[in-house]
This record gives sequence, C-alpha cells and structure tokens, in this order.
Amino acid sequence: MAEDRFQAPDYYNVDELLTDEHKLIRDTVRAWVKKEVSPIIEDYAQRAEFPKQIIPGLAEVGAFGPYIPEEYGGPGLDQISYGLIMQELERCDSGVRSTASVQSSLVMYPIWKFGSEEQKKKYLPKLASGEMIGCFGLTEPDHGSNPAGMVTNFKDMGDHYLLNGAKMWITNSPIADIAVVWAKNEEGRIHGLIVERGMEGFTTPEIHGKWSLRASVTGELVFDNVKVPKENLLPGKSGLGAPLSCLDSARFGIAWGAIGAAMDCYDSALRYSKERIQFDVPIASFQLTQKKLAEMITEITKAQLLTWRLGVLRNEGKATSAQISMAKRNNVEMALKIAREARQIHGGMGITGEYPIMRHMMNLESVITYEGTHDIHLLITGYDITGIPAFRNDGKQFK
Amino acid sequence: MKILVLISKVPDTTAKISFTENNTKFNTEGVQFILNPYDEWYALVRGIELKEANGGSVTVLNVGRADNDPIIRKALAIGADDAVRIDTDDLDALNVAKQIAAYAKDQNYDIILCGKETIDYNGSQVGGMVAQLLGLPYVSLATKLDLNGDTATLERDIQGGSEVIEVKLPFVASAAKGMAEARIPNMRGIMAARTKPLNVVQPVDAANATEVVEYSLPPSKQGCKFIDPDNVEELVELLHTEAKVI
Ligand SMILES: Cc1cc2nc3c(=O)[nH]c(=O)nc-3n(C[C@H](O)[C@H](O)[C@H](O)COP(=O)(O)OP(=O)(O)OC[C@H]3O[C@@H](n4cnc5c(N)ncnc54)[C@H](O)[C@@H]3O)c2cc1C
Repeated sequence: MAEDRFQAPDYYNVDELLTDEHKLIRDTVRAWVKKEVSPIIEDYAQRAEFPKQIIPGLAEVGAFGPYIPEEYGGPGLDQISYGLIMQELERCDSGVRSTASVQSSLVMYPIWKFGSEEQKKKYLPKLASGEMIGCFGLTEPDHGSNPAGMVTNFKDMGDHYLLNGAKMWITNSPIADIAVVWAKNEEGRIHGLIVERGMEGFTTPEIHGKWSLRASVTGELVFDNVKVPKENLLPGKSGLGAPLSCLDSARFGIAWGAIGAAMDCYDSALRYSKERIQFDVPIASFQLTQKKLAEMITEITKAQLLTWRLGVLRNEGKATSAQISMAKRNNVEMALKIAREARQIHGGMGITGEYPIMRHMMNLESVITYEGTHDIHLLITGYDITGIPAFRNDGKQFK
Repeated sequence: MKILVLISKVPDTTAKISFTENNTKFNTEGVQFILNPYDEWYALVRGIELKEANGGSVTVLNVGRADNDPIIRKALAIGADDAVRIDTDDLDALNVAKQIAAYAKDQNYDIILCGKETIDYNGSQVGGMVAQLLGLPYVSLATKLDLNGDTATLERDIQGGSEVIEVKLPFVASAAKGMAEARIPNMRGIMAARTKPLNVVQPVDAANATEVVEYSLPPSKQGCKFIDPDNVEELVELLHTEAKVI
C-alpha cells in the first residue's frame, strides 16, 4: 500500500467537543496506527492473516478494555475515549478494530460486569495486557439474528458443567486463549461460561475463504462434552439480556469505528480527485465528483455528531440499546456507501491494494451484518417507536 | 542528572496559514497546534533516554498561556517527569530566552535541550540566547549526544561531513534529526501525565527586542510555461526577464 497520508476531516469542529485528553488519546492511536499497522495491513489482508505481532502494541495504546478500571489492569477511560480508539483502529482496518472490539466489549466487558471477583482478577489484567486473547460465542450455525433460539447447552454434573454445542462466525476464535460462551442450562436459561483453550473436547476450527475482514481471524467453537469448572460460570447475570448488553458496548464502538473507515475513504478520494487529471483538469473539478465528495463529508459530519452525542449519553449511563442500534445502523451504512462512492472516484486504481478503499468496502460488508444486521437494527428502532415487535411473524412472543 | 527540555507549540504542518490585523498577526482560527516536532522527537526523547540510562529527571518548560497545556501534557505522556509553564505571551526570541534563563538560573540543570528550530518561525535563536544568558556553552544542531561522566560528546553535520564536539556539563544544545527516534506515548504514559506536576510560574519583566512589521505568504505556485525546444532565444529571454535567474 502507498504511504498513509491520512488527514482527518473535522468539518464542524467536533474536536471542540472533546477534552484535551480525548484528543491526546486519539492522536496517539492515530500515530501508532500510521507507524505500526498501515505499512503492513494490506499485505496481511491480501494473505488473509491476522498480524499477531500488533497485539502488544494494541494493548499499549489502550485498545483492550479502555474503560476497564485500573484495579483490573485497564486505564479506566470514558466511553468517548473508547469510541475514538475504535475510530482510529477502523480508520486503518475493520478487522483490527474487530479484534479490539471483541476483546474489549465482548470478553472483558462481561467478565467485568457479570464476573466474580476471582474471575475479574484472573482474566482482566491479562486481557488488558494482550497476554490473553478472548473471543465471544453467541451466534450458532442455525441461530444468527435469533440468538434466543440457541441450542448450545450445559448440564450440571455436580462438581462441573458439561457443555455441548457449536458456535459459528466467531471473531478471534482460532487464536483465543479463552471464550465467553453463551449457552442454555437445563431450564433453558442463557448463561455465560468462560471456556479455556486446552479443555478437553473444545476445538476452534478456522473459517477460510472470507472476502471480508481478511486481516482478522474468524472461526467456530465446537464443544464436545467439555467439562467446564463451576467457577467459570459468570454469576452476575443470566438471560438473553446479558449477551445483549455486551453487544450494546460493542455496537457503540462500531458506530465510532465506521466513521474511521468512512473518513479514510473520503480522505483518500478527496486527495486522489485533486491529483488525478482527466480531460486536462483534476477530476475534483467535475460537478459529479464534487457531489460525491460533498455528500461524503456531509454524512461523516452528521455521523460524528450523532455518535458524539451517543458518547455523552453513554458516559452518563443513559444511552438506550435502541439509541445505540440507530447509530450502528446509520454509521455503518454511511461508511459502506462512502466506500463505494470513493472506489468509483479512484477509478481502476480503486480496486487495487494501492489504496485502502476496496479493503474497507469489503470489510464493511461484514460490519453491516455482524453485531445485528442492518435490518435487525431497523426492527429494533421500529419496535422502540411503535412498541410492536416485528421480529417474528408467527405470532409467538419475542424473547 | 537534571535535564531541562524547552518545548513550544506550533501549527500543525497541514494548517492553512493566514494573517490578521494588517498582516501583522498569525490567524489562529481553526488551526490545530502540535508540539514542535524537533522538540518532541529529538530533544525530549533524547532527554528521556539519558534519564533512563543515568537516573535523574526531565523537566519540560514552555513559555506561553494555558492553551499550551495540551502540548505540555503530551510531553509528560511521552515521559517527562514534570513541567513548568511561564505564564506569559511569547513576544520574540529574546523575550522567551530571558524568561527561560530567569527560571533556569537557580535550578542547576546539567543539560538544557531544545529542538534545532520551531517549524513555524524557524528562528533557531532561543537555545543560543539561553546559553548566553546563563553563561553556558552552546552546541547547535546536534545529531548525536552521548554522556560520559561530566563530559558530553555531540555530533553535528557540517559541510561535507560531521564534527565531533566535547563539552563539559552543564551546557545547552539544540537537537536535529538523528539525535533520537520519535516515541509514541502509550496509555500508561497518558494516564500518568494526568497527575504529573505542571507548575505555572509568573513571568519576569523582559522586553522584546524585535517587532514583526508584516507577514506575507509565498507567491502561489504558477503553472508551467512550455517553450518550443527550437525556440532557445525565447527561453533565455524569459529566464532573464521573468524568472530573473540569469
Ligand atoms: C466476520 C464475522 C465475524 C463475526 N463475529 C462474531 C463473533 O465474534 N461472535 C458471534 O457470536 N457472532 C459473530 N458473527 C456473527 C454475526 O453476528 C451474525 O452473522 C449475524 O448476527 C447475522 O446472523 P446470520 O449470519 O446467521 O444471518 P441470518 O440471521 O440468517 O440473517 C440473514 C438475513 O435475514 C435477515 N433477517 C433475519 N431475521 C430477520 C427478521 N426477523 N426480519 C427481517 N430480516 C431478517 C437478516 O437481516 C439478514 O439479512 C460474525 C459474523 C461475521 C460475518
């Protein structure tokens, strides 16, 4: 890939809404990404490999559990800091952001919120330092948008639980040391269990052949009579609400992350359009190109404001799941549309790895599906404003 | 080992430059500011490396108002131990140097480092003036700095080669590219910077010696003029009358 010349747009001076520390954190992650990740990301994505060597660096810049309190090895930052870190990582690659999102929101978050004191002490510091990598198993081959239908289950065997079932599409699973797995007990109630690599009967086959998030590893989790110690059950919360609250945290980060990807596409398209000469003039001088660019910066600016406000609400503990859904849905679609338009502006060059556009575009096809599909988020908003759930059409109650 | 690093705030390299008040003031509206790269990448990092190797402390000093605090916090996040801000507007190089010297004279610093220049005004004056005011030796544009007891060995690029200089502590030096490798702060550093001391010091009376009369922007880039290869006379004529290079 060509040199990373990214310059962040800030059309509405949104920076003035941030604290000095927010900006220092953001600029730090941006500088780290430019130095350590941008030069290698294209190569790893092309080879469909996760650049494992960046794990210690991700930990150093605070990308693993930024809001985890200092007593558990985190930096104890606010939600806007978390968002900005995700924005900067996804500015480079959604796969890198996915690794950090999962570690932070889907592994550290449930252990922090629902774990016992022993579990927090045992896992959180190692997850924060990157010594341990975690993954999150909710989706199953036959239960994606409808996780409540899951069949993975565990039985109480007196001194341990016996876990059976399989999870699908699990980010980080092939490299994970631990998995936070959601499974039903004998009464059909969903609980979280911490499954450690090395437990007998637990395997993590990799999913190959992805055209998207190629620099992030995705796999399955297979549980064949896995004996899970009883102290590995997350005691703090059960029911579908437990994994859903993790998703709230991750989706919040994705809403910010998508802005990063969009900014990168816009920035590259703006620069390219001023440098590329056709019909004797820069292509930026054509109205059709300007329309694309002007709409891009308008959408990015709207998304920034939406997301900043969501960050304030979340810092105050007031952001609802439905508000988070709206931002995730809006921003990811915005980023995907911008990636597609930016690719057109780059002409043929836009399909090569010389520019980040096509990689962003393909990555965002996952981002618009995982953590609740685009349509499911629409239904969440619909449910929120009408009070009528439209997730099922067989008359059965949702949940 | 007590090390003082002088730091200043400069507009980001991508900032759009314009002037106000009849072209006598730099227009800061909408401009992002950063820590001067020569101060940050070379002077500060080398200072921190020397401290890490020899023990002691690194203090960063800035002459300016509270809106400079973000760049001071960044220096603390990178690894300085404490900071001093002399609370006044910087008027010119001599004014700044006098403020720094007035503060530094009783502090017994072993080494005072600054960047070779700021990337905005490119004055390259403050280091030398501070040295003069404190009666210390000054080594400008150093690309390397090593310590051996109370003697420092510095290298400078000179025409066609390099020069190696030895100087006894205490001394002042300005740092150029090569002296260290830029460091990106980490989260631990950013968190630690929250509680590191930033002492705000009152200025002394120090007049400025110079006054800016006018700023102007460089002429905007002209398009290329194509001249027929057969028409050498026209080329010579234009180089003479228009470009005024021959
Ligand atoms: C790269 C990648 C990484 C992932 N990482 C993880 C992970 O770490 N952990 C994890 O648990 N999961 C993960 N997932 C799974 C992801 O969350 C699911 O793919 C997602 O929830 C959608 O489920 P599905 O693929 O089974 O699609 P389906 O649920 O089968 O949906 C197919 C289509 O039907 C639509 N649809 C479904 N129900 C409705 C409805 N009621 N009304 C209207 N339309 C509907 C959907 O919107 C979609 O368009 C990942 C997925 C990908 C692609």
